[in-house]
Amino acid sequence: MTSERFFPDGMPQPLADAITLPFWQAASEHRLVVQRCTGCGHTRLPPAPICPSCRSGHSDWKEISGRGEVYTYTVVHRPIAAGQQLPFVIAIIALEDAGGVRMISNLVGVDPKHLSIGLPVELVWEDMSGELSIPRFRPASR
Amino acid sequence: MSRSRAHIVGVGETRYTRWGKIGDVTEHALACQAIQRAVADAGLSIDDVDGLASFADDRNEAVFLAAELGLPALRFGNMVWMPGGGGGCAAVANAAMAVETGQAEVVVVYRSLCQGQFFRFGSGATLAASPSDNPKPPTVQQANSLLLASMGFALPYGLAMAAAAYALPTRRHMHLYGTTGEQLGRIAVTFREHASRNPRAVMGGRPMTLEDHQASPMIADPHRLFDCCLESDGACAIVVTTAERGRDLAKRPVEILASEQGAPRGYAFGPFTNANIADEIYATGGTEELAGRLWGKAALGPDDVDVAQIYDHFTGCVLMQLEDYGFCKRGEGGPFVESGALSWHGGSLPTNTHGGSLSEAYIHGLNHVVEGVRSLRGESTSPVEGAQVCLVTSAACVPSSALLLGRR
Repeated sequence: MTSERFFPDGMPQPLADAITLPFWQAASEHRLVVQRCTGCGHTRLPPAPICPSCRSGHSDWKEISGRGEVYTYTVVHRPIAAGQQLPFVIAIIALEDAGGVRMISNLVGVDPKHLSIGLPVELVWEDMSGELSIPRFRPASR
Repeated sequence: MSRSRAHIVGVGETRYTRWGKIGDVTEHALACQAIQRAVADAGLSIDDVDGLASFADDRNEAVFLAAELGLPALRFGNMVWMPGGGGGCAAVANAAMAVETGQAEVVVVYRSLCQGQFFRFGSGATLAASPSDNPKPPTVQQANSLLLASMGFALPYGLAMAAAAYALPTRRHMHLYGTTGEQLGRIAVTFREHASRNPRAVMGGRPMTLEDHQASPMIADPHRLFDCCLESDGACAIVVTTAERGRDLAKRPVEILASEQGAPRGYAFGPFTNANIADEIYATGGTEELAGRLWGKAALGPDDVDVAQIYDHFTGCVLMQLEDYGFCKRGEGGPFVESGALSWHGGSLPTNTHGGSLSEAYIHGLNHVVEGVRSLRGESTSPVEGAQVCLVTSAACVPSSALLLGRR
């Protein structure tokens, strides 16, 4: 099954290292995860080797719903990749069940004129290829 | 004062142009030219220089410049880690530490940019690693740097351009406090007016009204074209030495009253990577703590500042810094700039009297230190009469630094 496409193939790809790779592997299975400290439960993103709260080096991955709200955003009028639809929206999403973690992503399927901080959003996966899926967000349907 | 504070004794620059216009001189040769002019301004010789300092991944390594300039010896070569323009004041501070602790006697801080010979910062090309027509799973795209692994959480969303990244905290500031695009525009228009008297300014002959600002194309909302700093070619340099050495030189020395550098918890690379910094500091320049330490160190406060050179990569970052440094309350930056406070014509805080990065040139803010020195020497083209204290800041919303300069 092919997912709806929002951005062209030529968008910059995530470059992973050993610490961030599990996030992208989960993404390829359409699971949005945040790193969770097994010492104190603090959640974090992007992934990092040490918990910034208790400094434990032990962590696991918590799958989250992908519900959240817009924390801030910008409507961008310059393309990053050839063939990109303009304008496009970059937003920071405050995730609902992720222990307060926010993530940078895109808002799709929204008229920039109707955008506002606090807008409830939900996760939508965009399959850039068979193995690379990028989490983006759209206004919540509920 | 038991310990002798370092002083700035010379400043200099090359010609400033739009990006890509300096193609006949290499970037390191341009750096050498600025260094030579700053040393001459001080009434010193290159033979007196024994230290070089820079910031932000400088391509023009001090060891090569020392050889090209023919320094008798390089005793101090230093670069600040702060990304982009955040480290300009810190580079001066590090030079000051070097001369105050006897690591070197005469240290020159420099910055040279020939964007046409490398890449345009504004395009985001530094960060957007080779897009591909054939998306691959990230397993085969191993990041070769901490920066690129972190940017893996920004680039796939198209967050590569500075104008978009810095729009994020500014947009939230507008949401929280009702700051408007017109208020941002007032900052750009004021600095352009200052540039009109500055023959070095790239935009000196290009007046701008608020209507012009509001009609300029939207780049990354709320940033219009005229909210974004210039992209320039050029170089400048600052000579730092001890009080004793500075006493009998060509120009009145300017004292470094205090310096600070750093970043709050979790700041990393700034708005490309700091989505999870504390909510209380998200819609700020991230320099409030730094400002508090700076004021404390100098036993001065915002009311003591006669003239300010505030890093202006984007108008919103100027506004948030004004709040961080306590020139107005949090959230009141909009009305503050609307009052005309930043104007040379009777404003309470004449700011960026050279035109800033928005209208003089974008030399990663080291030109703001040059102007700070000139404003205390009475050499500014928008002079503030009797100015005793000047605040200079480096890029905010990223790890930053600042200087308080004093007239001797």
